[in-house]
Amino acid sequence: MVAEILTGTFTVKSGHAQMLKGGVIMDVVTPEQARIAQEAGAVAVMALERVPADIRADGGVARMSDPSMIAEIIDSVSIPVMAKCRIGHFVEAQILEAMGVDYVDESEVLTPADEMHHVWKHDFTVPFVCGCRDLGEALRRISEGAAMIRTKGEAGTGDVVEAVRHMRAVQDAIRKLRTMPDDELVVEARDLRVSLDLLQQTREEGRLPVVNFAAGGVATPADAALMMQLGADGVFVGSGIFKSGDPASRGHAIVQAVTHYNDPHILADVSRDLGEPMVGRSVRELTESELLATRSI
Amino acid sequence: MLRSIGADATEVRLPDHLDGLDGLIIPGGESTTLSRLMSLYRLREPVADMAASGKAVWGTCAGMIMLAAEITEEDPVPLAVMDVGVQRNAFGRQVDSFEQDLTIKGLGPDLYHAIFIRAPVILRVGKEVDVLSALPDGRPVAVQQKNLLATAFHPELTADARMHRYFVAMAGGPPYDENAPPIEAPRVRGRMAQES
Repeated sequence: MVAEILTGTFTVKSGHAQMLKGGVIMDVVTPEQARIAQEAGAVAVMALERVPADIRADGGVARMSDPSMIAEIIDSVSIPVMAKCRIGHFVEAQILEAMGVDYVDESEVLTPADEMHHVWKHDFTVPFVCGCRDLGEALRRISEGAAMIRTKGEAGTGDVVEAVRHMRAVQDAIRKLRTMPDDELVVEARDLRVSLDLLQQTREEGRLPVVNFAAGGVATPADAALMMQLGADGVFVGSGIFKSGDPASRGHAIVQAVTHYNDPHILADVSRDLGEPMVGRSVRELTESELLATRSI
Repeated sequence: MLRSIGADATEVRLPDHLDGLDGLIIPGGESTTLSRLMSLYRLREPVADMAASGKAVWGTCAGMIMLAAEITEEDPVPLAVMDVGVQRNAFGRQVDSFEQDLTIKGLGPDLYHAIFIRAPVILRVGKEVDVLSALPDGRPVAVQQKNLLATAFHPELTADARMHRYFVAMAGGPPYDENAPPIEAPRVRGRMAQES
């Protein structure tokens, strides 16, 4: 008797994210950067044509990257490779899955393809990570099939303020949930626009039902450790590494900061002599139309 | 999981965290990352010493890669404490990750639901190594060499505590009872309402 082999189950998809916990996922635009990221200790890389800071600077429509560029990055490293599709663009997601990408990020950093609907992620074998700004958004993405969540922050700014706001919003909502009487849960589910089942599960577990990374504005080892102490399971660093003066050292330092996020002596040590951080833009200086986090919620 | 079956558990990030432990689990994750951080924080030698001293050490997935004598790639460099040869990402990319029921020697008659994620596989086993479980094609995925245990799959992602109880027994805990019913530990994270 040959036992049944199951692929693409939610267990396998969300289990992969469990293996990334405590790690750093770095945005890379070339195979060379991917190798530097792997060498620095990244647990995965996000392959894309332009980092968010450049997408911001260039303007225009941002789409899925050229498959040949993603394929080159896949061939250049042994760690998992993620890639972004536009929100709601299920065909870009199908293409990424066909290419053997390990994780698809349905990302607000790209220009949304659908302002009403996200990709129905249960139909895919490849797992998805999605952004959120609060608990309702996180649970809506999970009910659509996201196997991993990241708080959105504000990508390409180097300003951690939104990442902090979103992580605190998620954690505060879960803390509130834990002490909420049963009869108020139904109203909470309605207010958050999520299923009662998923809300009850979140309350039981005292955390999101899937791994939750921080993203959007992390630029220094201290930023990364801050997000970990606020309850992140790991950290995405987009423009923060390869827009800085010394990407290899900074990447390596951020990896160590995420591992030893509770040890200020190690944090002090790894924060030394990293060269110039990315220049960054304060989120307060952005106009409404420049904000990425408010897209398709 | 360990706490739910009565063992004390603590996280190891630095060499002095190993003091006083009866056993060590090197978990799943990215083996390149694990290997680099173990080198940087000088964990390689103390962990290899712990394995050589006869204390129980268990590697799952990336942890198994770290215990191996040799792997098919140059990077990462394993600890070489267990006489097995291992291939990383032996089944392909994430879309090829899978779940399968296995018979595992020593755990009792019930099948064990194993979760393989970008999993490695064992290509060569030394004379001292006991194969506890293999895939239908014969490739070993769970092995034991005296005080050392290695699994290509992730017992930490399932609710079945038998593999953990087996390891706690190796580390000097209560003996493993093959006839005891499988204890369902509180479910670990990763489940969701929609899943059957």
